[in-house]
Amino acid sequence: MSTPTWPDELYDTLMQAGIRQVGYVPDAGHRRLIDRCHANTAITTISLTTEEEGIGQMVGAYLGGQRGVLLMQSSGVGNCINMLSLTAECRIPLLMVVTMRGDWGEFVPWQVWMGQGAQAALEAMGVLVYRVDERERVADTVASCLALAYNARRQVAVLIGQQVIGTKQFKLGEPA
Amino acid sequence: MTPVLNRRLVTAQLLRNRGNALLVTGLGSPTYDACAAGDHPLTFPLLGAMGSSVMIGLGLAKAQPQRRVVVITGDGEMLMGLGSLATAGVARPANLAVVVIDNGLYAETGMQRAHTGHGVDLAAIAKGACFVSAETITTQAGLDAFEPRLYDAPGPIFATIKVTPEQTPIALPPTLDGTFLRSRFREALLGPGARD
Repeated sequence: MSTPTWPDELYDTLMQAGIRQVGYVPDAGHRRLIDRCHANTAITTISLTTEEEGIGQMVGAYLGGQRGVLLMQSSGVGNCINMLSLTAECRIPLLMVVTMRGDWGEFVPWQVWMGQGAQAALEAMGVLVYRVDERERVADTVASCLALAYNARRQVAVLIGQQVIGTKQFKLGEPA
Repeated sequence: MTPVLNRRLVTAQLLRNRGNALLVTGLGSPTYDACAAGDHPLTFPLLGAMGSSVMIGLGLAKAQPQRRVVVITGDGEMLMGLGSLATAGVARPANLAVVVIDNGLYAETGMQRAHTGHGVDLAAIAKGACFVSAETITTQAGLDAFEPRLYDAPGPIFATIKVTPEQTPIALPPTLDGTFLRSRFREALLGPGARD
């Protein structure tokens, strides 16, 4: 049994809050959390072709009486913009947990644009944004945002910085 | 082949025996068609968020596996969310049915021709996306045969129904306020405690 990591603490926080549906676009920063969600057959974990699908899934889950969480990388934030009008207009609770790219020590210039634009894009659509740059603050930040989403019925995003995840390093000739 | 079915009559027929099924309608004409067929608290009528109807149906179907969930949307809305067919096909909700009212064009914005009007085959795409069944309906006999299957065939099932392209009068839900519509839906499905 390995030592619990921030994704394990995050998983426990989500399960304790009664999350029953998870939507995600695969992301290396969320890899452990995604694996743990899939391993839990009591919840519905859905792989999406694009992040905006997850907004629809979360709306359907809420209409049907279940709580959900949407996992993505910051580049996926841009794909969600128009769909966020749905959760805003219907005041449907939404929790997005976003792992950052284009952030601390980013190597790939193509990632910088959407990574740096993610917070402003979310805020333009009325989403409340909380950023975490320390591993030990991930779980309690997400717990607070769960309350804001499901008690105050708001759309909330937690941005997890690359200092927490570890900046992706590329070496030519090695597997990505 | 020139379509013969009328969208208003098709939608009214498909909804006349809806029972306790949950309905999501795609923005534009499918929402108007469903409203013309009769207001219902267990209808979630989309007036925006184009491309989201199948995913809302999927999330709902997974949350309510004992209830039938029906999505009725348009070909333009479906084209914007083609990836969601693959997502729903892989998630395999046995209680989900997706119906496209396919006029081959964008009626809401000036009747511009859609890809479906140029030969893009949504049923073939749904079939390729792992739906249990996927068909194109062009006749009244085909619609009559499909009607009971909409509510009892193991899903996810898909049908695209070719309809005549005329514009129909706008019919709206009792309010356009999204918060009201979602509260009304949740209260009808989950009880008064779920109103908020």
